[in-house]
Amino acid sequence: MSRPLPDDEILRGVLEGFDNVEWHQSRGQDVLEVRPDDLLAVAGAARSAGFEMCVDVTATDHLGRREPRFDVVANLLSIEHRRRLRIIVPVEFVEDQPPSVSSLTPIWPGANYFEREVYDMFGIVFEGHPDLTRILMPDDWVGHPLRKDFAVGAVPVYFKEGDGA
Amino acid sequence: MTDDRTDQAEARDVWISGTEEPEWLVHATDEGAQKMRHVETAERLAEQLGTVVGDDFLLEETIGDDDLMIVNMGPQHPSTHGVLRLHVELEGEIVRRVQPIIGYLHTGMEKTAETLPFMLGGTNVTRMDYLAPLHNELCFALAVEQLLGIDLPPRAEAIRVLMTELNRISSHLVALATNGMDIGALSMMLYGFREREGILAFFEKVTGLRMNHNYIRPGGVAADLPDGWEDDVEGILDVMPGRLREYDDLLKENAIWKGRTKHVGILTAEEAVAWSITGPILRSTGIAHDLRKAHPYSGIDRYDFDVPVGTNGDVYDRYRVRVDEIWESLKIVRQVAEAMPRGDYKTDDRKISPPPRQRIDESMEALIHHFKIHTEGFRVPEGEVYVAVESPRGELGCYLVSDGGSQPLRMHTRAPSFANLQSVPIMLADSLLADTIAALASVDPVMGDVDR
Repeated sequence: MSRPLPDDEILRGVLEGFDNVEWHQSRGQDVLEVRPDDLLAVAGAARSAGFEMCVDVTATDHLGRREPRFDVVANLLSIEHRRRLRIIVPVEFVEDQPPSVSSLTPIWPGANYFEREVYDMFGIVFEGHPDLTRILMPDDWVGHPLRKDFAVGAVPVYFKEGDGA
Repeated sequence: MTDDRTDQAEARDVWISGTEEPEWLVHATDEGAQKMRHVETAERLAEQLGTVVGDDFLLEETIGDDDLMIVNMGPQHPSTHGVLRLHVELEGEIVRRVQPIIGYLHTGMEKTAETLPFMLGGTNVTRMDYLAPLHNELCFALAVEQLLGIDLPPRAEAIRVLMTELNRISSHLVALATNGMDIGALSMMLYGFREREGILAFFEKVTGLRMNHNYIRPGGVAADLPDGWEDDVEGILDVMPGRLREYDDLLKENAIWKGRTKHVGILTAEEAVAWSITGPILRSTGIAHDLRKAHPYSGIDRYDFDVPVGTNGDVYDRYRVRVDEIWESLKIVRQVAEAMPRGDYKTDDRKISPPPRQRIDESMEALIHHFKIHTEGFRVPEGEVYVAVESPRGELGCYLVSDGGSQPLRMHTRAPSFANLQSVPIMLADSLLADTIAALASVDPVMGDVDR
């Protein structure tokens, strides 16, 4: 089985030894599709290859479009090589069970806030995160707002007076 | 991870036991004895420079509960620049741990973005970083354009560069102004806002609004520059250099200013990179990383400018970097104004940008295009893209996913203030409480950008 491989050495260095990692380009940007099990190893390889900064971690909810439901997306930056790399991890959703993926904080401490935001907004648990708590929503909030099954305007508004009729 | 953390804690213990006990002055007050550090600057500098790359907040406590005082700074504190709350743990007047608590201004703008057509997305993102609205618009517009795969006429790109660089100046002026006010240089506050008015007046003339412009849209800009814009830009370019020199007279060699900012809130280059810190804070540590050079957008690499850097990574260096960046932005603005290309200010692809109003009376096709764009918007091919621009606060990114419809499936903003806030616990660990304000002001967080 042959898979597409990038031309340049930096990306080949990252991909070496990972047979399950898919590389493709999206609008000219390098993207690696990584299975959750390989995430930490691939991230470590990317860090060694010169992607010293994790600029962003976010997620996408593909409810009703495809399985697995979630994509966890990490955008990496190499200041030295002046280039970017995106790691996309598809994450399964099982009913009544929080989807989970390993945290990137052991490799890039700066992923801390971004992962907390993804946890807050999508309910995706990052295993190994030092302080995985809600960051933007109130601590007692129920639900995860950026999931597609969380409706806009679903928050009931209470008024002080009147019987609510 | 657990192992790493204990390693760090051990390393810190060894370091603590290996150095001399700091001298304390004990003052008896009504509320009990207060410990104060006897020797300050050099030792504190060494402490801060020696801090391992790690969040001190996570490390184990070495002092008892009785010695620890918890102070909540904010969310209504005037120098938190909005509604930021700092949970500060103090031992005497030494800050041991800081935890920023955010979310007070969260309004679900990323959720809102999923309900707005691409055409209207700009109205949403422009409200995020309210000091640099044009950068937000630019970032979103670039992401949409990259998904669409369209090129812009040169004039549209030049107008974008002109407006965003002016916006960088106005934003840095607010940073200087509030930074000055927080440390006690009140006149700087008045001067900074005075000069910003001139730029905002120009923005109002061009876009119709002082902020939340929705001027940069997918496909170009909303309107051409008004008649006489050259004179307005010339006026700004004439006034600013003299005023900047005035600020330098006021602050650059000011003993009080230097005393409050030098060797305060130090962040090393390694820490900055590890914690995803970008913008002036990263550059103040000596790393010359600027997206305008590294990943140019809107043809900004055609203009000649430098990337100012600092050396110590302290509050003073951040202030210097911002001032120098204003000078560089003035250089860019001058070049753009002198070489403004003629031609269209937006793409003539009628599927993306609406036709001129007059055409609607003459052409059935123009009417149809107008109607389609303003009812269902335009469709964007399926795909995902991450585009980043250098906002005054650092890397402002937009991760945009389209499923082929007229609204984004997902619009995520990589907010520079949000990431930069992670530097606050690092900067402030083991520093004086009084430096909290100076360090926080130098981060220049915009809470609209943090909470979105």
